[in-house]
Amino acid sequence: MREINQQVIEKIESKARRLRREVIRMVGIAGSGHPGGALSAADLVACLYFWEMRYDPKRPDWPDRDRFVLSKGHAAPLLYAVLAESGFFPPEMLGTLRRLGSPLQGHPDMRKLPGVEASTGSLGQGIGWAVGMALAARLDGRDSRVYVLLGDGELEEGMVWEAVMAASHYRLGNLVALIDNNGLQIDGPLSDVMSVEPIGDKFRAFGWETREIDGHEIGAILHTLNEARQVKDRPFAVIARTVKGKGCSFMEGQVDWHGKAPTPEELERALREFDSV
Amino acid sequence: MQVATRDAYGQALKELGEQYPDVVVLDADLSKSTKTVDFARAFPDRFFDMGIAEQNMMAVAAGLAASGKVVFASTFAIFATGRAYEQIRNSVAYAQLNVKVCATHAGITVGEDGSSHQSVEDIALMRVIPNMKVVVPADGPSTAWAVRAIYHQPGPVYLRMGRPKVPVVYDSVADLKIGQSVKLRDGGDVGILACGIMVSEALQAAAMLAEKGIEATVLDVHTIKPLDRESILETARKTGCLVTAEEHSIIGGLGGAVSELTASEYPVPVVRVGVRDLFGQSGNPRELMEYYGLTAQEIANAAQISMSQKG
Repeated sequence: MREINQQVIEKIESKARRLRREVIRMVGIAGSGHPGGALSAADLVACLYFWEMRYDPKRPDWPDRDRFVLSKGHAAPLLYAVLAESGFFPPEMLGTLRRLGSPLQGHPDMRKLPGVEASTGSLGQGIGWAVGMALAARLDGRDSRVYVLLGDGELEEGMVWEAVMAASHYRLGNLVALIDNNGLQIDGPLSDVMSVEPIGDKFRAFGWETREIDGHEIGAILHTLNEARQVKDRPFAVIARTVKGKGCSFMEGQVDWHGKAPTPEELERALREFDSV
Repeated sequence: MQVATRDAYGQALKELGEQYPDVVVLDADLSKSTKTVDFARAFPDRFFDMGIAEQNMMAVAAGLAASGKVVFASTFAIFATGRAYEQIRNSVAYAQLNVKVCATHAGITVGEDGSSHQSVEDIALMRVIPNMKVVVPADGPSTAWAVRAIYHQPGPVYLRMGRPKVPVVYDSVADLKIGQSVKLRDGGDVGILACGIMVSEALQAAAMLAEKGIEATVLDVHTIKPLDRESILETARKTGCLVTAEEHSIIGGLGGAVSELTASEYPVPVVRVGVRDLFGQSGNPRELMEYYGLTAQEIANAAQISMSQKG
């Protein structure tokens, strides 16, 4: 097993910062999009793509690759940023986000962009895809692993729990769900709109192995993903406490930044913040 | 001879599984009714019961198909197309995945279970989705053909089947093709376009009309989408008036599709035989077909009305 040391952690922290900067830049240029929940999940996604997952950007259809499903499809700019950073397509394409004819659709389209594993956007469905992919890997005798990122508000969708039940029933030890637990949804805090806590208890009750961690602490994320590999007989959920808008001072913890683009002035200010780190 | 289309489905699916290892079958706790149980017993590793959870079943189907499987997902028509509509739309059809939504217990001939289990809107719901093909076989043999045909048809397909035993229409299915209707009878006075169990009713209607000296063309429009524009327009040109017959609402199904086509390409009278914007109810299948006007007699009457509307 590869060693998780300070150097590794710092490298991924730096990658996550690049992803965040790119997310804000893309959404700013596009003039619309969902920065808040992309920023909150950036550390989780950086850990997957720059440490945990097995893939080859030159062979996006490689059967033995690990799969990442962005069930919270509105965090598309984060997915695009990490795919470009990983070499699936040229970074220049990021500037076309949400434009007519662009492969970078407002929500991910697997038929338009290499590296996108699932067409998502309608909440609750990606975890079902992930269950199907995990079943297929087992059927084919591949050791591919499947990672699916869900929002905490997304857990309000009933079909999430159908999928959670199925993953447990079929003992999908090759499936890891990461919950971006930033506590905010469009209409306000989850606790006001529709409470989903206690999330960990719910997953445990369905037979999942769970860990509750700080979703911005790279070392904790990496160690937890390692632990998940040791659990072979049931699915694994990482409930990651996060801050919506993380990394951009004026977006952090602000529900308004769920689905709003920064103005040119705000964009400049945000980029300055990143560049001064 | 009478065969239920769902029985033909179960048998054909099992045979398909023997030949093609990439076939995977999902069901939502209705495998004994949809007959996917035949496949499940033969290939337990490639059958997954998803429980009473149709929405997840469609998303799981998407994930399996995205991993190279050809997925047959089965449940009753109303739950497949109604309960899981948006999953089929967003996860299966938008992503152009190789998922075959194979629904049984379509229409009112579900019978005694009543309206909650009788789908009269599923053709409309599936037909309106881009990338989706819609196939409604008339009998057992053409259902077996359709199962093989849709396996070889890349992308999403909706296959609609029924519960009761229905008359066999086809001696041979060798010439059937997706998207190509079948002329079962030729006549110049009126064109009867039917699908599913209404095909055999349409043939009976044509025989009844012949006794009155009226010659009808009968087409089995087993593929509702893509619609066989050529044959339908050719029939419209030849006969000058049409009747559609389906075990489905007269809104949005075969009648809707044919009306849309003729209205823009070659306007002729189209009289639609089907369920007249009503929910079903309990009863035995034959009683219900009489009650809702899904009979040969009704089709023959409609043919005469359509003829009387010719310009």
